[in-house]
Amino acid sequence: MRWSRSATVLSLLTACLFLPHIVDSADEKRISIYSTLANYTLPVVDRDGREYVGLLEILEPLGSVSSRIDSQRWKLRYKKIEAEFTVQKTRARIAGRETDMTAPFILENGRGLVPLSSLPTILPKFLGGPVTLRESGRRLFIGGVSTQVTVNLVKTTPARVLFNFSAPVNPTISTEPGHLRMAFTRDPVVASNTQWKFDDQSIPSATFTENNGAAEITVNSAASLMASFTAGGRTITVTNPPPLSAPTPPNTAARAGTTAPPPGSSAAAPPLVGGSPPSFAIVIDASHGGAERGAALTNDLAEKDVTLAFARVLRKELEARGIAVVMLRDSDSLLTVDQRAAMANARRSALYVNIHAASQGTGVRLYSASIPGGSGNRGAWIDWDTAQTSALPTSRDLVMGAASELQKRRIAVRILPAPLRPLNNIVSPAIAIELAPPSANVADVNSEPYQQPIAAAIAEFVATQKARLEAAR
Amino acid sequence: MISRQLVIGLIVMVAVVVIMGLYVGHMRHRVTDLQPTQTDSRPLTPPVSGPTESVTLYVAYDDPGTIRATTTKVPLSSARQQRAEQLLRALMAIYLDQASQHPLAAGSEVKSVYLVDPGVAVIDVNAAFADGHRSGILVEELTVASMIQTLSANIQGISRVKILIDGKTRDTLAGHIDLSSPYETSSVNQLVQQLQSGF
Repeated sequence: MRWSRSATVLSLLTACLFLPHIVDSADEKRISIYSTLANYTLPVVDRDGREYVGLLEILEPLGSVSSRIDSQRWKLRYKKIEAEFTVQKTRARIAGRETDMTAPFILENGRGLVPLSSLPTILPKFLGGPVTLRESGRRLFIGGVSTQVTVNLVKTTPARVLFNFSAPVNPTISTEPGHLRMAFTRDPVVASNTQWKFDDQSIPSATFTENNGAAEITVNSAASLMASFTAGGRTITVTNPPPLSAPTPPNTAARAGTTAPPPGSSAAAPPLVGGSPPSFAIVIDASHGGAERGAALTNDLAEKDVTLAFARVLRKELEARGIAVVMLRDSDSLLTVDQRAAMANARRSALYVNIHAASQGTGVRLYSASIPGGSGNRGAWIDWDTAQTSALPTSRDLVMGAASELQKRRIAVRILPAPLRPLNNIVSPAIAIELAPPSANVADVNSEPYQQPIAAAIAEFVATQKARLEAAR
Repeated sequence: MISRQLVIGLIVMVAVVVIMGLYVGHMRHRVTDLQPTQTDSRPLTPPVSGPTESVTLYVAYDDPGTIRATTTKVPLSSARQQRAEQLLRALMAIYLDQASQHPLAAGSEVKSVYLVDPGVAVIDVNAAFADGHRSGILVEELTVASMIQTLSANIQGISRVKILIDGKTRDTLAGHIDLSSPYETSSVNQLVQQLQSGF
C-alpha cells in the first residue's frame, strides 16, 4: 500500500516535470541559422528576461568544435580558435581578444549559453566573416547566403503576381479564404519590403513577415488563389484560378490555346489547330509525334504517321457531318500526355478521341479509361489522375455505341478498358481508338480505303450523339 | 666480334617466338570454332528444391488477344515472397519460349517481387523487359494483366500491384500502358474477364 502511494506521488511529480515541456514544445522559441555549409534551427531559451542560445550548438555544424569546463570558466575551441567564457560575466576572451556581450554568460548543465543579441559580435571572431542577425524573426545569416525576393504584378486576365527569388526556394504553401501563405523555414529568404501593394482588385496586396526562425509571404485576395513554380523553383506565380474546374497538370498552366511547357522543357506547346474554341467540338488527338515515333509498325511505317493520317480522315468525316473538330496536332510535333490533356480540358471538348495504331491483331479496338478506385477530388479541385471519373459512364456508353456502328458496317471491333494516359486526365467523355491492320500486310493499316469506312462509322455515331454530348457539357 | 654462343642463343629465342606465335594463332582459331552460333539470353532461373504445386497461370495470347487460365505444376518454396517470384518466373519462361503466343524480348526477367503489407506487391522487372517489349495498347495490356492476375490469383491478400523497371518507375511499359500508378487487382480481374470474353 505504502509502495503504491509512493509510486503515485512519483508519477505525479514526473508528470509535473514534463508537462511544461510538452506545453512549450508547440510554440518553442527557435532560431534559424543559414550558412553555405548548412541551414539549421536551434532552440532558444529565456533566462532573466533575455533570449539565449547554445554557442557550441551553433558552431557544431560549421566545423570541429570542443569545450571543457574549468571551475567557473567555459573553454571553447573552434577549429584553431580558443575562447574562454566566465559564468555571469559579460566579458569573454575570443582568439586572444576581449569581447563584450549584451548580457552575462550562463553555464547550464555543461551547456554554454550566450545572449542571442550578442551573436553578431561573437560569431565573426570565430568564423572570420560577416554575420547578420534579424533578431525580431530570430534568423541568422552567416556570410552572403540570403535569397532576395522581388515581386511584380503582371496585368493579364486573371492577374498574376510573380515572386522572383535569387535562388531556388521550396516553401510550404497553404491557402485559406482570402490568403495564400508561403512559409520559408529552410530558405534564407529576405525582402527589402515588408508590404507590397498591387494595382489590382483581385490581388490587392502581399506582406513579408519573419517570426520564430521562419519567413512568410502572405498574398491577400478576395478570391481563392493558387501558386505554381517555374524557372526551377526560382519563380512562384500566384494567380486566381480560372472559374473552370478543369484540372491542370502539375507545374502546367492551361490557358486558352496554349499550355505552359513542362518542367525542364524550353519549348512551349504548339497552339491548337483549329482556331478559336468552337461551342461544340470534338478534340482529335493523334498520339505520339516528333521524336516519339510510337510503335514501329513496319520498317518504314511509324505509329505516329498512321495516327496523324487517320486523325485527318476522321476530321474530314466529322466536318462533312457539320461537327467542328479541334486537332491537338496536325503536323509531326511532339506533345506530352499532360499537354494533350491540358489542351483538351482547356477547350472543354464535347468528346476527346485519342488515336493509336498497332501491328498486332486485326480490326479496330475501342478503349475507355481504366481508373484506380476512388477519386482524389477536393472540393472544386479535380484530381488530375482520376479526372475522367465523372465522365467515365458516358465514355463507356460511347465506346459501346461506336462499336455497334462499326459492327453494323462489318468492321471487326473489340472494346476494352485500358490504363492509358491521357484518358484518365480528361474531364469530358474520352475514348481511344487503336487501329490494327485489316490483313497480314501491316502497311495496309495506313491506307485510306481501310481507314475511311472506320472514320465514317465513328463520325456517323458521334453525329447521332451530338445532342447528348451537348447536354453533358 | 659477336661470340658464337650469343648468336646461337639469339637464334633459339627467335625460333621460340615464332613457334609460340604460330601456336597462339592456332589456339585462337580453335576458340572461334568452338563458340556457339546463337546465344541463349534467357535468364537463369535459380533452382528450387522441394515438391511441385499445382498453380494457375494467366497466359496471354496475341491472337485473338486474350488471356487463358492454364493450370501447371511449378516447384514453389514455402516463403510467400519467393513463391511470388517463382510464379512470375514460370510465366516468363512461357513467354520466352520460342513457341510463345505472346513473345517477350530475349533477356526479359522478373528481378524481384516485394510483398509490402497491407496487400501491396511490387514487381521489379529488368530493363530488357520494357525496352524490348512490343508497343501497342493491347499487347502491353495483355502482359501487365497476365502478370498481375497470376500473382493475385495465387498469392492471397494482394490488393494492389506496382510494376517497376530496374527499380524505377516508368511512365509506360512501351509507350502506351500506364506504369506510373499501382494497379488494383480487382480492376485487373475485371479486365481479364473481359479479355477472356473475347469482345
